[in-house]
Amino acid sequence: MNPLVPEFLSDFVPTLIHLSYLLASVLFILGLKRLSSPATARSGNRLAALGMLIGVAVTLFNREIISFQYIIAGILIGAVIGAVLARRVKMTSMPELVSMFNGFGGIASALVASGEYFRIAPAVFATQELTALAVSLLVGTMTFTGSLVAFAKLRGIIGGAPVVYPGYKVVNTLVFVAFLVFTSLFFLDPGNTGLYLVLAGIALLIGLLLVLPIGGADMPVVISLLNSLTGLAASATGFVLHNHLLIVSGTLVGAAGLILTLIMCKAMNRPLFNVLFGSFGGNGVDTGLPGTAGGKTVKEVTPSDLAIMAAYARRVVIVPGYGLAVAQAQHAVREVADMLEARKVDVRYGIHPVAGRMPGHMNVLLAEANVPYPQLFDMDDINKELPKSDLVLVIGANDVVNPDARLNTSSPIYGMPILNVDQAQNVVIFKRSLNTGYAGIDNQLFYADNSYLFFGDAKKSLELLQESLKEL
Amino acid sequence: MDLLFVHLFIFVLAAFVGFEVISKVPPTLHTPLMSGANAISGITIVGALLVASHTGCVITCHLGFIAIIFATINVVGGFMVTDRMLEMFKKKGDE
Repeated sequence: MNPLVPEFLSDFVPTLIHLSYLLASVLFILGLKRLSSPATARSGNRLAALGMLIGVAVTLFNREIISFQYIIAGILIGAVIGAVLARRVKMTSMPELVSMFNGFGGIASALVASGEYFRIAPAVFATQELTALAVSLLVGTMTFTGSLVAFAKLRGIIGGAPVVYPGYKVVNTLVFVAFLVFTSLFFLDPGNTGLYLVLAGIALLIGLLLVLPIGGADMPVVISLLNSLTGLAASATGFVLHNHLLIVSGTLVGAAGLILTLIMCKAMNRPLFNVLFGSFGGNGVDTGLPGTAGGKTVKEVTPSDLAIMAAYARRVVIVPGYGLAVAQAQHAVREVADMLEARKVDVRYGIHPVAGRMPGHMNVLLAEANVPYPQLFDMDDINKELPKSDLVLVIGANDVVNPDARLNTSSPIYGMPILNVDQAQNVVIFKRSLNTGYAGIDNQLFYADNSYLFFGDAKKSLELLQESLKEL
Repeated sequence: MDLLFVHLFIFVLAAFVGFEVISKVPPTLHTPLMSGANAISGITIVGALLVASHTGCVITCHLGFIAIIFATINVVGGFMVTDRMLEMFKKKGDE
């Protein structure tokens, strides 16, 4: 008997719980709907949080809940850790935090399904529950270890380079086959808790083996996919517990993650299969070593010349890449934009989907530097405007502006959607040196007639530009 | 078997709703979308609460307890950090 519920209300409570779960599901959907615009997004997030609060609160009245000490302790510990992480995290470290949360969500779902299994075992589950249990265990657990590896790669704890060894694909396949074999054995003998633990162990291993061979540059895809998997794990746990709120919410998250995964794959022009099993993509670390121009010449621009070009332009488009964030130059670029706007220049930001370390990351970094969101344009929208733009400033980006992706069929990045900055009147590329980008490919843009290079650290270069603009 | 089909119906319909709603989220908000979705996937806390409080517990309630901690981190951390990010998205003149 739940101590919170008086005797005479106990018949009414299950109805209340079901209706409240329905309300919570509706609030999640409405909350996600409001994320369709930055103006309503914050209220949407709060609606979703309200849905969560309702879902948790009414569950406490479930008649199966008879003691609260674990619940209170668990929620207190979790809330403190969650709040501290959310407050302390730097916006540049958002991919690490999301990875960590992906992992926590996955393991929580797997633990819930496992708890339900150990509650009922050795009594037997029906086949559909066993299937849901196996899915929840596999997906939740592999998401946990996979996310920990992704976290370690993003943090630089382990190198971003793919961790591969001869025959790793064979090993991965064998481990996956082993999971299927043990699952079949488990279905034949569902009361065997030892088999269940073996399955859990294999699932842990699968997460590790799946993410270790994936390069750091592919992390935006991996984070999105793991995000989708946490949702799927919650949904599978809903099938185990016969809980519709879990099924709806988990599936919504699964859909969100899957959409982002596909967007990231398209933006990198790589099929998902290729990302997961191709082990392409280095760690994307800019070594800063001067590269050779291969006999071709580039034109350099001085800060004062650039100041004149920018100040008398009608429209300037800024194309930021992750190098901008590495150089901590977001505020410097916004200050340049402010100075240009004061001179009635139309300033816009053109943001490639993989400009940051996770989907939408660059937008958050710029918003943090007080760039107004109406100036943030995505790839398709800014590409329409680029031929009508007088000047493009490419800062810390390389492969995503390489015209070879459009023009050179033999280029490894051919077919990748890019920002067509070469179609603008003039392009100035802020660069530390003439070395290549993530993909290790030379960029013809640097040698084009309308291109100029501005060598140096992005932040220092922008400060030089500010000084020159002041002198105008 | 009936119950399974009810679940499947809900799963498939929720997937369609999810695709419809989320494909309208602009790329600008993809990071908050992801962290917000993360918080929503913490819904598994509802299951954790049920699992953590069973009588005569040997293993189940301990698993449930750990699950509550992880899921609460997700829920509280996820919604808070999403709010922190969304607060930064401003137009000119917004205070």
